[in-house]
Amino acid sequence: MILVWIIILLIGTGLLAWLASGWNTFLPRLISLVGTLIYFGITLWLWLEYDPGIGSQKWIISYTAEWIPAFGIQFKLVMDGLSLLMLLLTSFLSVICVLVSWKEINRRVGFFHFNLLLELAGITGIFLSLDLFLFYFSWELMLVPMYFLISIWGHEDRIYAGKKFFLFTQASGLLMLLSILGLYFIHGQNTGIYTFDYEQLLDATMAPQTAFLLMLGFVVAFTVKLSTVPLHSWLPDAHTQAPTAGSVILAGLLLKTGAYGLIRFALPLFPEASHQLAPLAVLLGVVSILYGAKLAFAQTDFKRLVAYISVSHMGFILLGVYSFNEMAMHGVVMQMIVHAVSTGALFIIAGAVYDRIHTRDLHQMGGLWRQVPRMGTMGLVFVMASMGLPGLGNFIAEILILIGSFQGNFKVLTVIATVILITATAYALRIMQKVFYGKEHKVWEIPDFGIREMIVMLSLTSVIIWLGWNPSSVFRLSKVPVQKVIQKINIPEYSQGEEMERIDRDNIYNVANFLDIKYVAINKGNQAQKIIKEVNNTYGRRTEFETINYLPNSPDIEQAEEFKKRSSKTE
Amino acid sequence: MKELLWLIVTLPFAGALILAFGGRKFPHAVSAIIGVGSVSLSAILTLLVGFEFLGDTTPFLQVAWQWFDVYGLSPDIAFRLDTVSLIFIFIITFVGALIHLYSAEFMWKDEGFVRFFVFMNLFIGLMLILVLADNLLLLYLGWEGVGLCSYLLIGYWYKDPKNGYAARKAFIVTRIGDAALAVSFYILFMTFNTLNIQDILTAAPGTWSLGSGIAMATAFLLLGGAVGKSAQLPLQTWLPDAMAAPSPVSALLHAATMVTAGVYLIARTHVLFEIAPTAQHTVAIIGAATLIIAGMSALYQHDIKKVLAYSTISQIGYMFLALGLGAWSAALFHFMIHAFFKALLFLGAGAVISVMRDEHNMFKMGGLWKKLPIIFWTFLIASASLSALPLITAGYYSKDKIIWLAFASDKGSVGLWLAAIVGAFITALYTFRMVFLTFFGKPHAEPTHRPGWMITIPLMVLAFFSFAGGFIELPQNMGNLTLVSDFVEKTLPVATLSVLQPFTELIFQIISSIVAIGAVFLAYILFFNKPFPAAEPQRNAVQRFFFKGWDFDLLYDKVIVTPMIFLAMINKKDIIDQFYTGLACITRQLNALLSATQNGQLRWYAMVVAAGAIIILTIIFFP
Amino acid sequence: MNIPMEYGLLLAVILFCIGLAGLLIRRNIIFMLLCIEIMLNAAGVAFVVAGAAWGQAEGQVMFIFILAMAAAEVSVGLALIIQLFKQTGSLDVTNANKMKG
Repeated sequence: MILVWIIILLIGTGLLAWLASGWNTFLPRLISLVGTLIYFGITLWLWLEYDPGIGSQKWIISYTAEWIPAFGIQFKLVMDGLSLLMLLLTSFLSVICVLVSWKEINRRVGFFHFNLLLELAGITGIFLSLDLFLFYFSWELMLVPMYFLISIWGHEDRIYAGKKFFLFTQASGLLMLLSILGLYFIHGQNTGIYTFDYEQLLDATMAPQTAFLLMLGFVVAFTVKLSTVPLHSWLPDAHTQAPTAGSVILAGLLLKTGAYGLIRFALPLFPEASHQLAPLAVLLGVVSILYGAKLAFAQTDFKRLVAYISVSHMGFILLGVYSFNEMAMHGVVMQMIVHAVSTGALFIIAGAVYDRIHTRDLHQMGGLWRQVPRMGTMGLVFVMASMGLPGLGNFIAEILILIGSFQGNFKVLTVIATVILITATAYALRIMQKVFYGKEHKVWEIPDFGIREMIVMLSLTSVIIWLGWNPSSVFRLSKVPVQKVIQKINIPEYSQGEEMERIDRDNIYNVANFLDIKYVAINKGNQAQKIIKEVNNTYGRRTEFETINYLPNSPDIEQAEEFKKRSSKTE
Repeated sequence: MKELLWLIVTLPFAGALILAFGGRKFPHAVSAIIGVGSVSLSAILTLLVGFEFLGDTTPFLQVAWQWFDVYGLSPDIAFRLDTVSLIFIFIITFVGALIHLYSAEFMWKDEGFVRFFVFMNLFIGLMLILVLADNLLLLYLGWEGVGLCSYLLIGYWYKDPKNGYAARKAFIVTRIGDAALAVSFYILFMTFNTLNIQDILTAAPGTWSLGSGIAMATAFLLLGGAVGKSAQLPLQTWLPDAMAAPSPVSALLHAATMVTAGVYLIARTHVLFEIAPTAQHTVAIIGAATLIIAGMSALYQHDIKKVLAYSTISQIGYMFLALGLGAWSAALFHFMIHAFFKALLFLGAGAVISVMRDEHNMFKMGGLWKKLPIIFWTFLIASASLSALPLITAGYYSKDKIIWLAFASDKGSVGLWLAAIVGAFITALYTFRMVFLTFFGKPHAEPTHRPGWMITIPLMVLAFFSFAGGFIELPQNMGNLTLVSDFVEKTLPVATLSVLQPFTELIFQIISSIVAIGAVFLAYILFFNKPFPAAEPQRNAVQRFFFKGWDFDLLYDKVIVTPMIFLAMINKKDIIDQFYTGLACITRQLNALLSATQNGQLRWYAMVVAAGAIIILTIIFFP
Repeated sequence: MNIPMEYGLLLAVILFCIGLAGLLIRRNIIFMLLCIEIMLNAAGVAFVVAGAAWGQAEGQVMFIFILAMAAAEVSVGLALIIQLFKQTGSLDVTNANKMKG
């Protein structure tokens, strides 16, 4: 029920803020701040309550109610580790967004906050809903407020950017609707149960070609959101023209809905088709990484530059997701979070610079460090984060994705993607040089970050450093969902008995994991053999070959547990 | 005491943190005490830990926490102390503390005093992480971190775009090596399922056969990383530009510690190179080529810091040569001695530059030996050590060992030895050219002041070590003292020799001694007390070629940088976006076409309706 | 007296064409309204003729419908014309092209 309350809280706060704008402009800000703080508090509490020990438990919280039973549509909100992470991110950034808009937004303050909170409600809905219809509903719900945010409070070309954003996302969203309906009817015809329920649709079977087409609908919608080359072109305009809070939400959350959709829907619903798509997807991912970086390097508009950095970073997500490797997938989850923080912070800095000198043109900046050392320091931190400097969260994400995808089938592409380490340095240092270093073109007399802005920036900084040094706090949550996805997607490869002899590390790893063996042995020791030995020692003495043979090839939990029981009996 | 290892690393970070948050409110003196004090405490702790470690040299591992644990990759934040890392942390903290002390006076009047110490302390901390890391990922953290500090410190005087350019160049060029290093991690993890250095080293010989392709690839990738960081061929171009940094930075980062990280990396992963002999041989060749190329360039510089920069590249070339020969202890011995005398040279040069009103050109100095006696004498000791003047200098013992091994090691050859000995000749020549031009001859300008005690004390301490540091390791025919090699060889393997006669060694020692002394004499003839025009000397094409560092910059500019920028600039507007814009344009024009029919004239509409009706009726009745 | 149906229908067609031609040619909006009335009545004539020819009452019934509708249409139309005249100051229909696409 708490999940419903979260959404009600956001919409209610939005309405209240809109109403309150009748009195003065301060009240809506305060109401929104309180509302988002409560939201953040709730997610923090959920996070602290979360017990990773219950690995086999399916969902942390779930809520189901009938919505339109005639069509099999439910109001199904469900939270697992991944959703919780995304919710944490959403609530954290929502507080940040309200704070950065404090001084920047002066027109129609109430309506602004209404749109902001409605947007957040939509995004929250996406991260929680497990009914495809509800998911689509939320998907569309987040579109309209963002359109308003861009075209009412944006910069000079806001109308154009708003339209472009709307057209791209709406068109791709319709493709997804087609796919959802296709899935609905196919599953209905096969089983007689017409439902939009994700968990039931997971078992839908269909012809491979149909599956591929249906998957494309989803994937196009998600990759448009992910701004994968060549579907990225809405993003630079939207990011550049949106107000700061809008840019932060776009970069931090909207793009992540695409990544989330891939992990939650596209992969598990269509595992075989995803394997077919993988080479293309990985290729596009690598192209996005490098193409985005190259374009970022060429830009002269600060916000546009950061926008192309987003394109580049989102390429990593595609690369990681479609290499079907657990490590890469963990990297993807990490990347979703750190990209939100680092790029969001860069947008906030760009917004702050724009507020002070009224230009986004890099050629007119320069030498700002003398005037605004605190801003410069923060800029440095996040510029370094976006080029993946170790010690900051982005490094963990990128290196895991790269190492992980190298273990998969796309070794050459991964190595090519590594070139980003160099190109990212080029574009990132360009920001530092053009904005903060170099000669001053004018003698700026501008204020440095104030207390409010420092609170925002320091909280972002501490998150990114925290994630750089202790990423386990993320992996603790993402472990179960990621493993579930990986198992689902990798089953076709390993389910055949003929490949029994192949000692596949993934499989053994998964099995060992589900048997609750501490897989320290893998870490320190030499490959799979040790694990097998340990499995042997723990669960009776079989030859290695038998062990492999006997281990469940598609280790879902019940099977594994059954196996455990049987093994303990033989002992 | 060993348990305090973590504190050695943490102290500089703590100093940086305090300064970063409170620095602007502190008076200069307090900032200086925090900055210098934290590193000095680290140095003292290192000495204490080191003394205890000398008694029991089993490697000591200290795990702080598990970094993460994903899919079998579970690196720890853990520090591993063995004899090699002890040598490195000793140099880093000890030389670091001296340079910090020096900086306190050197940077006193600079407006970014606190910022400087924040970056320097950060550097020390990260460098310590680099050398103490027990897994490659943590090593990489330090590796990139010191790269960042290098960037920040080269661009420290950020107002001059030239410095910014040099800083970016340094970072980007080293990142090329870093990318190679990252790729090697992919392979290592794929094969060994871990990135823990010791586990990899233990497992590698059993897993990879000698000279197999994958081993070779890994070793070459590691070498790529090392080459970038240590400014060796072909990625050496960033180091001369890095001289835009304040002199203490050049001394600490770009001479004594950071640039030797490549040496450390190769020594640390020595097993991987031993099973890839071609790669190891390449290390030696790169070292030999670099030491000559950089030496030739040093000969033609007029900027005193540029001479030292090229000299650093060249001396690291010697270390690479030693690594390639499998003479691990010789490489580390030379690293140690080099750290002392090169830091001293940079500090001395910095002091000279600062008292000469920021004059870098040696031709505009001259006759300083009487006016700046302490700087002169310490500088002279360091120069003698760099030139490897026989018997009395530390540099002689360290460098001569490498030259000897270039011939005598089983991986050595006459070619390598020749390169080394020619390099030694060039080294002595450019070193004393620098000494004679700077300190002798007719004075062109007067120094403004004499440096204070915070500058002179580090100079004198370093001078002592540049002189005496060599006596802890003597050749077998001169006392045969092997303190360093014994110590190092507890961790790294012993170099195997193919030539063992002491007599041959003596001949080679004599040759190298003659070469060094001859070069100094030649420098005396050419440069001592000669009247030189203070203006920019004229150069012919060959001289300019050497002066420009063999035009590597030009080459990279033409081949890589310009095409890249061109590519970026022609597509600034994003051709894919143009496609969508085109789509929108076409749609709009179609719209214009159709909307022309909607002219608002009722009669027009009525006519169209009538015409349409007639057409439909015609079709129906006359099919 | 029995007039053949074709004559009646021919009359209706001629009337309709006159009305349509007037609608297309005239600019004055009042004349256009008149022309529309003519066309409506042409349709009415066709209904009556057809109804008489088949001996059915529906033809007349439809004519009464058309009459009622024409009355309503004229009243609304005239009101619109008055408004248009107030807005544009003329009865020329070419001036009323505000709906141009």
